[in-house]
Amino acid sequence: MRKVSRWFQRNLIRIYAVVAFTYLFIPVAYTFAFSFNDSRKSNLVWQGFTLENWQNPCGAPEICTALGNSIKIGFLATLFSTILGTMIAFAIGRYHFKGRSTTNLLIFLPMATPEIVLGASLLSLFLVFQINPGFWPTVIAHVLFCVSFVVVTVKARIASLDPRLEQAAMDLYANERETFRRVTLPLVAPGIAAAALLAFSLSFDDFIITNFNSGTMTTFPKFVYTSAARGIPAQANVIGSAMFFLALAIVIIGQVVSRKRKVS
Amino acid sequence: MTKIRTPYLLLLPGMVFLLTFFILPLINLAQTSTQTPVGGGDTGQYEQTLRFQNYFDAFIENREQFGRSFLYATSATVLALLIAYPLAYAIAFKGGKYKNFMLVLVIAPFFTSFLLRTVAWKQILGEEGFVVQPLRTLGIISESTTLTSSAFAVVAGMTYNFLPFMTLPLYASIDRIDPRTLEASGDLYANGFTTFRKVTLPLSMPGVVAGTLLTFIPAAGDYVNAAILGSPTTKMLGNVIESRYFRIVDYPTAAALSFTLMISILILVTFYVRKAGTEELV
Amino acid sequence: MSDVASSARGDLILSHLTKSYGDFTAVNDLSLTIPKGSFFALLGPSGCGKTTTLRMIAGLEEPTQGTISLGTTEITHTKPYQRPINTVFQNYALFPHLTIFENIAFGLRRRGIKDVDEAVNKALNLVELPHLAQRKPTQLSGGQQQRIALARAIVNRPALLLLDEPLGALDLKLRRQMQIELKWIQKEVGITFVHVTHDQEEAMTMADTIAVMNEGQIEQMGSPADLYDNPETAFVANFLGQSNLIKGTVSSNDGDNQIVDLFGQKISLRKDRSHGVDSSIYAGIRPEKFRISRLETATSGNILTGGKVEDVSYIGVSTQYQVLMPWGQELMVFEQNDDGVAPFSVGESVNISWEPSFTFGLRGDEDAEAGTEVNPDEDPGEE
Repeated sequence: MRKVSRWFQRNLIRIYAVVAFTYLFIPVAYTFAFSFNDSRKSNLVWQGFTLENWQNPCGAPEICTALGNSIKIGFLATLFSTILGTMIAFAIGRYHFKGRSTTNLLIFLPMATPEIVLGASLLSLFLVFQINPGFWPTVIAHVLFCVSFVVVTVKARIASLDPRLEQAAMDLYANERETFRRVTLPLVAPGIAAAALLAFSLSFDDFIITNFNSGTMTTFPKFVYTSAARGIPAQANVIGSAMFFLALAIVIIGQVVSRKRKVS
Repeated sequence: MTKIRTPYLLLLPGMVFLLTFFILPLINLAQTSTQTPVGGGDTGQYEQTLRFQNYFDAFIENREQFGRSFLYATSATVLALLIAYPLAYAIAFKGGKYKNFMLVLVIAPFFTSFLLRTVAWKQILGEEGFVVQPLRTLGIISESTTLTSSAFAVVAGMTYNFLPFMTLPLYASIDRIDPRTLEASGDLYANGFTTFRKVTLPLSMPGVVAGTLLTFIPAAGDYVNAAILGSPTTKMLGNVIESRYFRIVDYPTAAALSFTLMISILILVTFYVRKAGTEELV
Repeated sequence: MSDVASSARGDLILSHLTKSYGDFTAVNDLSLTIPKGSFFALLGPSGCGKTTTLRMIAGLEEPTQGTISLGTTEITHTKPYQRPINTVFQNYALFPHLTIFENIAFGLRRRGIKDVDEAVNKALNLVELPHLAQRKPTQLSGGQQQRIALARAIVNRPALLLLDEPLGALDLKLRRQMQIELKWIQKEVGITFVHVTHDQEEAMTMADTIAVMNEGQIEQMGSPADLYDNPETAFVANFLGQSNLIKGTVSSNDGDNQIVDLFGQKISLRKDRSHGVDSSIYAGIRPEKFRISRLETATSGNILTGGKVEDVSYIGVSTQYQVLMPWGQELMVFEQNDDGVAPFSVGESVNISWEPSFTFGLRGDEDAEAGTEVNPDEDPGEE
């Protein structure tokens, strides 16, 4: 008995971790399980197992339009926010210039502003200029909240870079451009890739700002939100689960590749 | 010469973007917040009358939702901190070679849309879910109590949804702690609890500050959890702003509320960061 | 301009070189000629300006004033990549994302040189690590990284190779081995080496010429033996090895010698070894030059009497004594343990003597402690 309690004490933190992870994954598991629900009547309760939803994920009306919009917006928002954010990160991380702290503040503020305020204020602006909410306003809104996260992520990577590596490149006959291309960029690249992944997942998952600026255009989160009241179609579970496994695969492959690179 | 110009050239597009789509809208929002309806005009037509009374009216009318937003957000932040800290500690100090894998596990739920997960919680905790009935049978909750449509559900939903935002910064700063400092503390007669209080916690403060901010700020402005997991009596400020915009088309009130929310958060955050003594957050 | 600069060869000439950061002057009006093909060491404590000097030569810092020339070509304001100068960085700065081969090939490829493979392989053979070509830097030990950093610089056949505390991160044994190897490689390739270090032993082992730097200026320059035997300032006397500096007055001249009065006892000092400006001087003697003797033993040369042994430390090859003199100063004496004389014990009364030609004279207004406070093993050259 005492042995058991001592084992328990020693492994308390590990047991806790298992419990916490279970808690984190319950809704994911639930979503995955209900993607196999034979939900022609209702997806609120288990009706029986079927593969039909996976075979025909666009079966629910509007759902693939919404998904397509989310992917397009996510892609564009990632592209723009990564470019803008990386440039800012290089400016802040590599140079001392007048107005550096103001710049830092301007980067920090969007992160400290609740999404609903960002969304509402952008919508007001679009209304003033009589721009109809829709695809491009949504892209702009997504770039807005992604760009700060890109800056922070890339800046951290730049800060961890040894300045002597660039000096060594210059010493070895690489001019400024070559130094950037052959040394700086490859070394910062993992940070930029991580920032892009983060931006895409933030954009893809966003509801609040999107809801304010997308007008009648639907996105995947909007689709889920509006159908939540009646119970979401099982096809949404399929798409959510597929995204989950896809992203997991990307992360794991990325980890394996970076480990392999280190070894060989 | 180019050396001096380079940072500004790099900053230019991003700063133009932020000024146009962040600062300008905020100025515009501030302007909207003091407008009043045009006499005899259509719904949604407003003119600038510099009516600062709007703020007062909006606050009085929605003080309950306002209070709730901060109460729920604070509760969710504290709960998330309590849940995430031991988890981050476990990953940093007991993770060993599984550290990276465990970090992936923390982020992984993110990849399923948070709305889907929130809806999943609604169904798990709802009347048809598998949690309510057993709890009732065991007499832990009374027959008439529901788990969804309650403040409990809203706070639980927010806690769950923002947990990774809390865990990652905590992990980052706990992972930086040299385990030898903990051993040194033990060597210098501190027991486990004292070591935690005097060494681990102070050293992980940057993570605590960053994590609580990353949780509190979105939580205070959230309305999705309240909309899906709550009831009319758990409405938060976000719900009000949303409906003022889309259903009632009362832009000035919505703007005044947005501004009040933003300023309150900024004041709280500034105060908190000062108190916690962490300078460099960005 | 760049073509002229990159083909420049010859002696390195620094002329009135100054570097200031705001109010702080890191390098102060430094003029120096480093002959082509020599192994030159810049030696000094942390913060003396030696690394700043090196970085200006490399082109990584711009001088506030003064010029840098290679032979007849001025390179003061050319970019680092336009100079025929390569650096072995402190902590090596190997590119972590490139293989060892690509690290070494980096400079060759930037210059568009044809036979990269052959040159890289030759360089790898020179540092005896040809089998590591396809590894990544993180997979190498500190010593191996050091050699690769050297190969990466040497492969370019620069006019000048700069070494910034190159052995600072290695353990003692490896450091000794690398010192010998570096010297050998320098002879082999015939490139001018400029070596920055805070480790006097390292500088003395490798360099033909050492410049001792202090507070942004050169205190003294010369061969290791010159600097050690005949230091001109208290800083050099104390920073390079240890010295006993005894306050005294020049009382008279005797041919080539000065007669110096040290607290009432007369000793002689060769005029060409006296660097004082007036009659007030310090007489300096290295601890191992002293002979310690019992009172009844006959001694010759310079003699100081009335000493008392305060402390004895036996350290194998020698025994170190602290001897208290009548005027209250403690002198250090290192005796080889090879003369069969029974060791002295604490409290014994002794005389101290030495060959007059070992004495050196320093200005009497100097700080006798200058250069002693620095611990050369501490903080490898952060400046």
